Amino acid sequence: MAHAETHDPNTPLEYRSETGRLNILGFWIFLGAEIALFATLFATYMVLEHRIADGPSPGELFEVKSLLIQTFLLLTSSFTCGLAVHEMRRQNVKGLITWMAITLGLGLGFLYFEIEEFLHFIHEGANIGTSAAWSGFFVLVGTHGAHVTFGIFWVTMVLIQVAKRGLTPATSAKVFITSLYWHFLDVVWIFIFTAVYLMGMVMHNG
Amino acid sequence: MKWDEFFVTGDPMIYGADVSIVLTMVGILFYLTKYKKWKWLWDEWLTTVDHKKLGIMYIVSAVLMLFRGGVDALLMRTQLAVPEAKFLDSQHYNEIFTTHGTIMIIFMAMPFLIGLINVVVPLQIGARDVAYPYLNAVSFWTFFIGAMLFNISFVIGGSPSAGWTSYMPLASNELSPGPGQNYYLLGLQIAGIGTLLTGINFLVTILKMRAPGMTLFRMPMFTWSSLVTMVIIIFAFPILTVALALMTFDRLFGSHFFTLQGAGMDMLWANLFWLWGHPEVYIVILPAFGMFSEIISTFSRKTLFGYKAMIWSMLLIAGYSFLVWVHHFFTMGSGALVNSVFSITTMAIGIPTGVKIFNWLFTMYRGKIQFTTPMLWSLGFIVNFVIGGVTGVMLAMAAADYQYHNTYFLVSHFHYVLIAGTVFACFAGLIYWYPKMFGYKLNERIGKWVFWVFTIGFNVCFFPQYFLGLDGMPRRVYTYSEESGWGPLNMVSTIGGFMMGIAFLILVYNMYYSFRYAKRETTGDAWDGRTLEWSTPTAMPPFYNFAKIPEVTGLDHFWRQKQAGKVEKLKVEDIKPIHMPSNSGVPFIMASFFFVAGFGMVFDWMWMAIAGMIGVFATLFYRSFEYDDGYYVSVEEVIETEKISK
Repeated sequence: MAHAETHDPNTPLEYRSETGRLNILGFWIFLGAEIALFATLFATYMVLEHRIADGPSPGELFEVKSLLIQTFLLLTSSFTCGLAVHEMRRQNVKGLITWMAITLGLGLGFLYFEIEEFLHFIHEGANIGTSAAWSGFFVLVGTHGAHVTFGIFWVTMVLIQVAKRGLTPATSAKVFITSLYWHFLDVVWIFIFTAVYLMGMVMHNG
Repeated sequence: MKWDEFFVTGDPMIYGADVSIVLTMVGILFYLTKYKKWKWLWDEWLTTVDHKKLGIMYIVSAVLMLFRGGVDALLMRTQLAVPEAKFLDSQHYNEIFTTHGTIMIIFMAMPFLIGLINVVVPLQIGARDVAYPYLNAVSFWTFFIGAMLFNISFVIGGSPSAGWTSYMPLASNELSPGPGQNYYLLGLQIAGIGTLLTGINFLVTILKMRAPGMTLFRMPMFTWSSLVTMVIIIFAFPILTVALALMTFDRLFGSHFFTLQGAGMDMLWANLFWLWGHPEVYIVILPAFGMFSEIISTFSRKTLFGYKAMIWSMLLIAGYSFLVWVHHFFTMGSGALVNSVFSITTMAIGIPTGVKIFNWLFTMYRGKIQFTTPMLWSLGFIVNFVIGGVTGVMLAMAAADYQYHNTYFLVSHFHYVLIAGTVFACFAGLIYWYPKMFGYKLNERIGKWVFWVFTIGFNVCFFPQYFLGLDGMPRRVYTYSEESGWGPLNMVSTIGGFMMGIAFLILVYNMYYSFRYAKRETTGDAWDGRTLEWSTPTAMPPFYNFAKIPEVTGLDHFWRQKQAGKVEKLKVEDIKPIHMPSNSGVPFIMASFFFVAGFGMVFDWMWMAIAGMIGVFATLFYRSFEYDDGYYVSVEEVIETEKISK
């Protein structure tokens, strides 16, 4: 609603409109709420981790190979997402779209391996109803995966808008916000990698 | 599923409710069609993004929910008036106390306060709207749809009956079969989305949209209390979102978070619920504190005493609110050390709260007090809330709590804080800002009757319950024996309950009476107020609020201007085109899809849930592609609206 525009060439495009500035701040605050959401899921998983009833323990089924592939894909996608925003700052629409497309490709790859891993666990007899520990695992990791899925759709929408409209204060703010979202999912994954997988495997094997 | 499982059958009261719902619907449809109001309804209300109109819709919904929750309360009081009554059976009683608690907290107290925040806060900070007007409409409609989804449970499918706390395993599929508990989970989930978005929206609004010169420490106290409340919402509501989702998974998809099988942990629900639930009670009390601060200052003709102490104590309360949740289940096996820690943090909350009480008293000290109805409610609040607070400190002592836990002593305590705090504030704030919303005051003489009948009824209803509790009467029982000796005090309590019901009816009559007969306000300053919302030249601010954004020089800026005789007159040359957001029907449509999705989940009809969610995402994507930058109000239109001569 407020409409003051800044034309200082040193201000990044996404911060030049009042709407852009407000939306970016609001999204940071939304990420604060997301931290509370994931913190609750992490706490739930940690409380339930050892309550495995008659089923396997999560650490028993985790596999290093799949985990490393997923981690590599998602961390790299965060890097390419950063490159995309860098190209946006240079007003390079083609570079932005290229790097974002690579980001999405890596995201899809991550999802492919995650789904394959889930199917593997289910095949080994561990599904959401096996035990409290597995309920916690599937909902925590699945919520992250659902976020990545939503992010892929969202970034695609925004890229279509950039292709149609070029870089404006409005479209660049959207790109910047989706990049914040993408990096945030990367940070959450680092915690999942550490607190769920590494600790699970160390507890089980060590 | 057969039709008699779908509709609730067998109880004459439910049939009565069915008939009255159908008649009301037909009546509304007939009225809208006959007087050709459909377009008006759509253009002015269903698609509006104006914070004042959204606020009014929040308040109207909240008053309806107060009626619904109040009827629940009176049904319970009727059943308990005499020993061994046969008015309600145990299942029906369980459903009623569940819906009473849930509706009063989630669908009455919160929307009432959020409604007043919507109307008042942008005006108090000198803004033309909130930071995200479209999102504000999404907030309202998701709240409204969540409330409606929850409310239809009593005629379709059956109501939840596991208490508003829905402890597991009581709320599990085994012990609460059928769709009832699902209504609770989905209704709260959908409404919770709206609340979280409100939290973000108003936090950004207050941080970024203030008029020039209004530093943080020049903000009115109600705005401050809203700011602190929004921070609590942002960190507390995601916990509820997760807790509700996990229980939904347990009930619909066979997971084992809180179940007895599969090594689930029922206490995890209690912890998550109260990790949200205790901050929640501060979400409904801090805005109340803010309103009383405004009202007491206005009608004592004095600046609020201890302005900064008020703010710091609210921040302390907000911090503590996340550190006390275990006191809701001292008796459920936490151990002495844990109980001691939470006992101390709980008692510590009394300190900042006490600071606030004394600040209100000192604000009145040597003030020229005017006993208007909002002021009466504020004075009633101080006295009654202290009773609730003191009994709260008694409950905070873990060892003593073993005696009080789950008795009417507790019931009375939280009604003394929630009614004397939140409900009194809702009434006080509604009456105080009524001229801002509708252009006339509620009748003061009738208003004072409402105050006295309600306040006396409230004490007659709940004071005896302290003694019933000490005498051992447990909460949530649908009847009791003659030998228990609890009959007489219960009868007294029921009489008090009906007095509150009568007071509510007088309040509604007052709305009608004042609509017909009240003198219309000619200025924007109905109460000789202190803050910016009273500085608009017309009683009801125009949709853009301020033709010229005020420049603020200090606390109580408008009051100081009046004292100095320097209230600025609007000049034609000051007027510039005003940018405003466009209306949108998308939030309403999105919320309707949420209803479809929620209803599908409630009955475990996944095709319907998926269809609804596809609709929700379709509206999100539609919005993403919509580039609507709003429109400009021309200088001529502003001059016309403000009625200033050239």
